[in-house]
Amino acid sequence: MRNPELAIIFQLTQLLLVVLAAPLLTGWVSQCKAWLQNRTGAGVLQPYRVLHKLFHKDAVIADNASWLFRITPYIVFGCMWLAAAIIPIIAVDLPFSRAADVIALVGVFALARMFIALAAMDIGTSFGSMGARREMLVSFLAEPALLMVLFTASLISHSTQLTHIVETFAQHQFILYPSLAFASVAFVMILLAENARIPVDNPSTHLELTMIHEAMILEYSARHLALIEWATSLKLFAYMSIGIALFLPHGIISVGNWAGLPLAIGLLFGKLLLAGAGLALLEAMMAKLRIFRAPEFLGTAFLLAVLGLLIHFLLGV
Amino acid sequence: MDIFSILPIDVVGGVILLWIVLGLLGLALQRSPHLICRFLFPAGASISFVLTLTALWALNATPDIAVLPLGLPDLPLHLRLDALAAFFLILLGGASFGVSLFAAGYFKTMQGRVLGLLCLEYHLFLASMALVLIADDAYMFMVAWETMALSSYFLVTTDHAIPDIRRAGFLYLLIAHVGAMAILLSFGVMQAGHGIAAYTFNAMRQVHLSTFWSSIAFLLALAGFGAKAGVLPMHVWLPEAHPAAPSPVSALMSGVMLKMAIYGILRVTFDLLGTQLWWWGVLALGLGLLTAVFGVMFAAVQGDMKRLLAYSSIENIGLLLVGIGLTLIFHVYGKDTLAALSLTAALYHSLNHAFFKSLLFIGTGSILHATGERNMGQLGGLIHSMPWVSVLMLVGVLAISGLPPLNGFVSEWLLLQAFLLSPGLPNSYVNMLVPVAAGGVALAAALSAYVMVKFYGVIFLGLRRENEARPMKHAHDAGPWERTGMLWLAAGCVVLGLMPVFVVQQIDAVSQMLLGARLGNSGTNWMFLAPVDTHRASYGPLYFLVAVAGVMLLTVLLVRRMYHSRTRRGPAWDCGFPAQTARMQDTAEGFGQPIRRIFEPFFNIENELPTPFDTHPKYHGMSEDKLWYLLYLPLKSLTEKLSGWVSLLQHGRIHLYLTYTFVTLIVLLVFV
Repeated sequence: MRNPELAIIFQLTQLLLVVLAAPLLTGWVSQCKAWLQNRTGAGVLQPYRVLHKLFHKDAVIADNASWLFRITPYIVFGCMWLAAAIIPIIAVDLPFSRAADVIALVGVFALARMFIALAAMDIGTSFGSMGARREMLVSFLAEPALLMVLFTASLISHSTQLTHIVETFAQHQFILYPSLAFASVAFVMILLAENARIPVDNPSTHLELTMIHEAMILEYSARHLALIEWATSLKLFAYMSIGIALFLPHGIISVGNWAGLPLAIGLLFGKLLLAGAGLALLEAMMAKLRIFRAPEFLGTAFLLAVLGLLIHFLLGV
Repeated sequence: MDIFSILPIDVVGGVILLWIVLGLLGLALQRSPHLICRFLFPAGASISFVLTLTALWALNATPDIAVLPLGLPDLPLHLRLDALAAFFLILLGGASFGVSLFAAGYFKTMQGRVLGLLCLEYHLFLASMALVLIADDAYMFMVAWETMALSSYFLVTTDHAIPDIRRAGFLYLLIAHVGAMAILLSFGVMQAGHGIAAYTFNAMRQVHLSTFWSSIAFLLALAGFGAKAGVLPMHVWLPEAHPAAPSPVSALMSGVMLKMAIYGILRVTFDLLGTQLWWWGVLALGLGLLTAVFGVMFAAVQGDMKRLLAYSSIENIGLLLVGIGLTLIFHVYGKDTLAALSLTAALYHSLNHAFFKSLLFIGTGSILHATGERNMGQLGGLIHSMPWVSVLMLVGVLAISGLPPLNGFVSEWLLLQAFLLSPGLPNSYVNMLVPVAAGGVALAAALSAYVMVKFYGVIFLGLRRENEARPMKHAHDAGPWERTGMLWLAAGCVVLGLMPVFVVQQIDAVSQMLLGARLGNSGTNWMFLAPVDTHRASYGPLYFLVAVAGVMLLTVLLVRRMYHSRTRRGPAWDCGFPAQTARMQDTAEGFGQPIRRIFEPFFNIENELPTPFDTHPKYHGMSEDKLWYLLYLPLKSLTEKLSGWVSLLQHGRIHLYLTYTFVTLIVLLVFV
């Protein structure tokens, strides 16, 4: 780090940027989905309105909720915010990024997930424990696959630091790594599963038999729900950022490059717009799987990721 | 002796003696059980503490050697305290300090006579483990090893009036002795027929074995120590013996005793055997991976909380073996820094496992005392009545799930880093397969999070599952001694998680001794763990914790300041379903159902489901180990058949035996 003060300013900028922009991404994805379904849609700003409404309401908590239930939204929000803040999306070599590499990033997601699953079981409703069980099922299948994807990238760049991965990939002018091609397909599948998207889960359902993520947060209301919704947006934002950092890192600047900043932010938004639209398209084209087909889906993702890894070894790139 | 010339090994010897004295005192004080609990167990704990400090001091000192004028003719007892032994002594002392404090409160309700015996066995168990670590000849080692096995057998069968417990104890004893025989044979191979004086470890270090014989020695040691550690397929005793033993004993057995086997593997492989072969590493890696995945898979379907933890121990032993296998591979190919990295991961994980598994096991003891129930399906909602236990157990649960910023994550991170550095090995098959094995490690780690959500969620969260026989309303929190013990272990989990650089520096002494290389820390300061170099990977748990806590605090403040903190209580929403009862929550079986379904071929599943119209529905579900039926029962019937043949000769009549003797004599006279 050449200039610590500057780095901190960049870090704080990114902290603010991600937390403010994350609901916009969620809104954009829903808007795209609405268009694809021939609906007008509620507009890209709808998530902000929802958050505003939720923050103003009185929180209702179930009678037997414990302290775990009450602190979980803050922990989940904090983890997701931090995760989104350490991924180099605008600039590399941010001060926070040294505290956690990609493996630790997976750990942060796991920490948040663990708390939310425990909070779901805290009230003792049948939906809560069902949601927790299914969420843990999806995650234990998705996590190894995600690690395999990240390993492929780390093996190519000889580092598990996202900063270095980005620097390695951004140096080359659009070289197609065959191993990364497999990894990217696997990553998209994992992104769908981990962010409670079709075909594994459906973010807009409250149908008892199919919900996973929504079943876990059924008992939350008002500010707690708002924080969890916001954290969900941040998680989607973070996953997309990881995808961008791994597979499309071009245009990410280094700390202190003020002149490049507007372009970097513009590029980031462009990439996110495309990724969001792509996500909506994927969701519109697919039907939801039965819960016990999810292992097959994620098993495929795992195998693709392993295939990417093996190709890296065979071809040496 | 001058006080200033005391060596660490003298202190360790003193610790062992004091433990034995404490045990004997316990036997003498049978009539006053409160004295045993109030004084002897805390005294044992303080001795553990002294042991930890001494071992910490010995870790970076030169090895101490002592020869006692006891033992066999030509083979006096040799003791030696080197870095490897010191590291495991730290583990023993650190974990047993917390467990002994807990035991002071836990055994309070026990009857005097039983308690006196238990106190003796307990301290003998601790002393024998310390003795295993400092033994420097095969005879001493085997004596200590057997004392450890026997004292723990008697501890397991504390409640010997229950037939199931006797059965579990017998199974444990059997497998422990099969293992001990393999270890003895391994020592026999290593001393290579040089007479009784060659049974010292020092003589074994000098012997140069051919690759064939050293492979035999390694395989025997792996089998022998593997039986003690619970490596597949010799794991069957763990899920039987751990639930049978009183909780502090399970904690010691799982947290500490299993590590003695890991110590044995390390001692034989890297210290006593001069050369290593690459396929040993692949074997250990594969076996470890199988054990890990198998253990965690079975943990996910258990309904008994202590059985669940026992299977989870099998998983962790598997991960340790993976680390050792990786170390072997790197070491053989001359990449000693990487070998040091994976050895560090394995040793770090041993230490972590000692802390969090002991914590979880003694926690189940508190639950057992409070509710009298081991079946998770009958518990629930304990977070309200047992606040201390629930908070401390949450720390253990998060640590064992490998979540940052606690200790389980650090060792997992180190292990995955070691995997990532494996490319560049000269053997291309190993090169390709090793990173894929990392996928297996990741699967085991992710599944353990599933298991722990189930463990914590079903026991502590949700509504109380009322049971007419044992009303849960009177569940009380743990007493002060129990709390202190748990607090120590939980604090250990946090500190080991936040100070990785310090811990890694200590472990470096062991790597230096076994591999001749140290890992060091190329990070710029003590806050960042960067095993190879900062560009490759770094992890700063303290930084991380401060950042998460800061962001959380900021969020709380902002929400409070900008909005309000009005909160109402009301009935649970549950999608508007009004007739919600505690019976509708997931039980342990329910939560494990997806795992049962996905890994169906590995289980023997037996389910009895009630019909929907049953007014008193009863549910019974069992998921059994197929290996028991495929391996153990055939082995048992084979043994029975063989002994049946032998019994043809035995009729219990003296004239028959005299005839046998006569015939044997004639035959010998004719042929010899």
